[in-house]
Amino acid sequence: MSYARQIDELGIEGYLARYGRREMLRFLTCGSVDDGKSTLIGRMLYDSQQVYDDVLAATKKASARFGTTGEELDLALLTDGLQAEREQGITIDVAYRYFATDRRKFIIADTPGHVQYTRNMATGASTCDLAVILIDARHGVLEQTRRHSFICALLGIQHFVIAVNKMDLVGWSEQRFQEIRDAYSDFAARLQVRDIHFIPLSALKGENVVFRGASMPWFQGAPLLQHLESVHVASDRNLVDLRFPVQHVLRPNLDFRGYAGTLASGVVRIGDPVAVLPSGKQSRVASIVTFDGPIQQAFAPMSVVLTLADEVDVSRGDMLVAPNNAPPLVNGFEAMVVWFSEQPLQPGKQYLVKHTTQQTPAVVTDVRYRINVGNLHREPAGTLHMNEVGRLRLECARPLAADAYAQNRATGSFVLIDRLTNGTLAAGMIVERKVAEDTVQRRRGSADAGSNVRLQHRRKVTAAERAQHLGQRPFVLWITGLPRAGKSTIAYGLEKWLFDRHHHVQVLDGEILRSGLNRDLGFSGADRWENQRRAAEIARLNLESGISTVVALVSPLAFERRQAREIVGGRHFFELFCDAPLEACEARDEDGLYARARAGELGNVTGVDAPYEPPAQPELHLDTLHDSAADNLQKVVAFLRERKLVK
Amino acid sequence: MTTYALSHLQQLEHESIHVIREVAAEFERPVMLYSIGKDSGVMLRLAQKAFAPARIPFKVLHVNTTWKFREMITFRDQLVKELGLDFVEWINQDGVRNDINPFDHGTQRYTHIMKTEALKQALEAGGYDAAFGGARRDEEKSRAKERVFSFRDRFHQWDPKNQRPELWNLFNCRVAKGESIRVFPLSNWTELDVWLYVHRENLPVVPLYFAKHRPVVRRGGTWIMVDDERMRLEPGEQPETKLVRFRTLGCYPLTGAIESGADTLPKIIEEMLRSRDSERQGRKIDYVEAGSMEQKKREGYF
Repeated sequence: MSYARQIDELGIEGYLARYGRREMLRFLTCGSVDDGKSTLIGRMLYDSQQVYDDVLAATKKASARFGTTGEELDLALLTDGLQAEREQGITIDVAYRYFATDRRKFIIADTPGHVQYTRNMATGASTCDLAVILIDARHGVLEQTRRHSFICALLGIQHFVIAVNKMDLVGWSEQRFQEIRDAYSDFAARLQVRDIHFIPLSALKGENVVFRGASMPWFQGAPLLQHLESVHVASDRNLVDLRFPVQHVLRPNLDFRGYAGTLASGVVRIGDPVAVLPSGKQSRVASIVTFDGPIQQAFAPMSVVLTLADEVDVSRGDMLVAPNNAPPLVNGFEAMVVWFSEQPLQPGKQYLVKHTTQQTPAVVTDVRYRINVGNLHREPAGTLHMNEVGRLRLECARPLAADAYAQNRATGSFVLIDRLTNGTLAAGMIVERKVAEDTVQRRRGSADAGSNVRLQHRRKVTAAERAQHLGQRPFVLWITGLPRAGKSTIAYGLEKWLFDRHHHVQVLDGEILRSGLNRDLGFSGADRWENQRRAAEIARLNLESGISTVVALVSPLAFERRQAREIVGGRHFFELFCDAPLEACEARDEDGLYARARAGELGNVTGVDAPYEPPAQPELHLDTLHDSAADNLQKVVAFLRERKLVK
Repeated sequence: MTTYALSHLQQLEHESIHVIREVAAEFERPVMLYSIGKDSGVMLRLAQKAFAPARIPFKVLHVNTTWKFREMITFRDQLVKELGLDFVEWINQDGVRNDINPFDHGTQRYTHIMKTEALKQALEAGGYDAAFGGARRDEEKSRAKERVFSFRDRFHQWDPKNQRPELWNLFNCRVAKGESIRVFPLSNWTELDVWLYVHRENLPVVPLYFAKHRPVVRRGGTWIMVDDERMRLEPGEQPETKLVRFRTLGCYPLTGAIESGADTLPKIIEEMLRSRDSERQGRKIDYVEAGSMEQKKREGYF
């Protein structure tokens, strides 16, 4: 191995000391099936003497069986992995390779060139500093080349090496190399990539890979490996904006409360002021703790534990930032998204967004456009299919501390997860903050307007007096359950029972709300959430007027019901779970809701293609499959009597 | 002057800590598989670092085939005591009852019952939804494509065509009941990185890694150690004493030693750097057929 020479020079201890200071470079190799990518990687490993004898022997054996190079050693077989793929003679996934020289440790993300595997390329590119893009000198810049370049640029890679391979097959022609260089440069002007470097080479013959070779004296630049060893990537890191997403809270004993996490960007020092997002509470960094002892400062991407000077509430998913340089908290934002799943994007359907260390339900409210990655044209689109890229607008249930991806890879990226299958559906890069900020601004504006209304000063009658006047103790009963689980039956049965006993009550269900007040809302996740929020607000107003409210809404998600409880106020809020299995509800499908959902005519129907989270601890649990409506009504009445809400 | 630069070892360390914390934060019942080898040792140290000053917040599990080197078990028990680990050992008792051993039942069958099956039993018994393993991508070709978070179905099976995309350091930690994730925090480490880290951290390792005169027999082109009286000698085999050490550790009848005089860490590293054979060469299991590791992984092997 090449290590031997260095050990001879430095002695093992000297060698270890030097090796310990080596940097790491992650790069991606991409090219079409026949561009010779596997051969290039094999050549790089082979010529830098990184291949063990036993592996070489096995490869020689495999060359005879699967190889495409006849008698010669097929270097491509050094890197191909899975059995089935090997038999098909292709690479189909991201494979990671490792090697080191005395300058750097390299991690190669080896990704395929097929049209249908864009997702793998995006995956590989997401962690890379540099991309090696192969072009077959005979074919020049192809649609594949543009596609790969676009995805690498989209994923934020700032350094490209355009490896013009198979120069041996074009007679080592300088003119051919120049043609390809010009063609690529024309195209790349539209990509925002800082550093593009061209190298003519032959992986098969080993020219300009590790060694210079003699066939292209007209090329004065460094061979590929030498370039990879020296390209400057350290300044790509964001050391300006302090972003510390809290991963885990450590409480080994009562005296210690530490926040474990990885610095997404920036530098943090003891004594630095920090703000906790989303709460906005402020404190100072009291200490930076590691297993190896306390340190004075930490920087991205270090994993450390921070303690704060004050007792502020911090939990997983929160982010510590510099108070004077905080990312905006946004509920909505626009992003470039690469769609991975065979299930196409459904605008309006509720997904989960995982962003830094937090997750939140979210819906895609708008598909702005799709990008034709072959020619970079924008095309109108209503959805995205597997391996398509588009610009979307998302609305999240909880605000995110988000930066634009161009400024911050770690806090500008997210993945979309399917709530039912748990599959990872897509990867997103936040492209714009402005639109999102507008939304926040608007909400903040209306919140400010709300704070100017001084009801307390004008009101001469209190909520308690109103209730007393009506001679009742008002409450809010929130009924949740699958569609057709029997929520409305209970609600209207109870309304009649209360009315007969002179108790003032109002029922709110989907039909009542949507026929007027919520006419502007559809059935997307965000709209359904808003529908419930308004119901909760009405219930709160009723409560203040002394009137009880029975809300009968599917309200499928625990956090949405929790929000309703917060709006109303916990003391008067009771959650009732109408429990019936999905099959039973589907059997009662009188108006064909489930049937239409199953037929694909309706989307985002709870139980079919949207999840239902049953309450863990409802105040009252009714079994509407086995018990009759009359029995269940009696249970509700008994429940209210127990709490002295009715006589 | 601060350069705000990390060496590759530091960077690997911080990335692995991130992975370990993410699992601890998102899964209900994670467990760390501990195989007593150098990689497991590094992983355990990273877990300590991830949660210091708190304790490691999950159990540490050793699947014992009952054919491990005696020195491994001694080392293990000592380490468990020193670190105060929440430790569990699992042995496939069906296998013990049927006296499953590598001599009568062949490497494949023995490994399947005492390792793969035992592991599944242990994971099911513990109700674990995430299991850390010390595997590295550079160990073997089919590993090169494995995710850091490797999704397994209810039968612990790995489907190379149905793995979740893994971008940045955003890991999808959601699983349905019965499904689980195998997590490999050392994915991006190489054998050299592991030894350099052992050296840097001054981590204790099983003495078998260091050269010593040991009783061995020549078998299948490698040296097999006669570790206890259960070792069956074939006709004509005569134990002899050789100065040997092990590059990987496992079940003694299946683990080949190399002739070596490397009796310190720097010497081991130097020997490895000058060596022309990969570390798995000493493991008999990989050489049964090409792609055998992939086959085992599909069945639920780590």
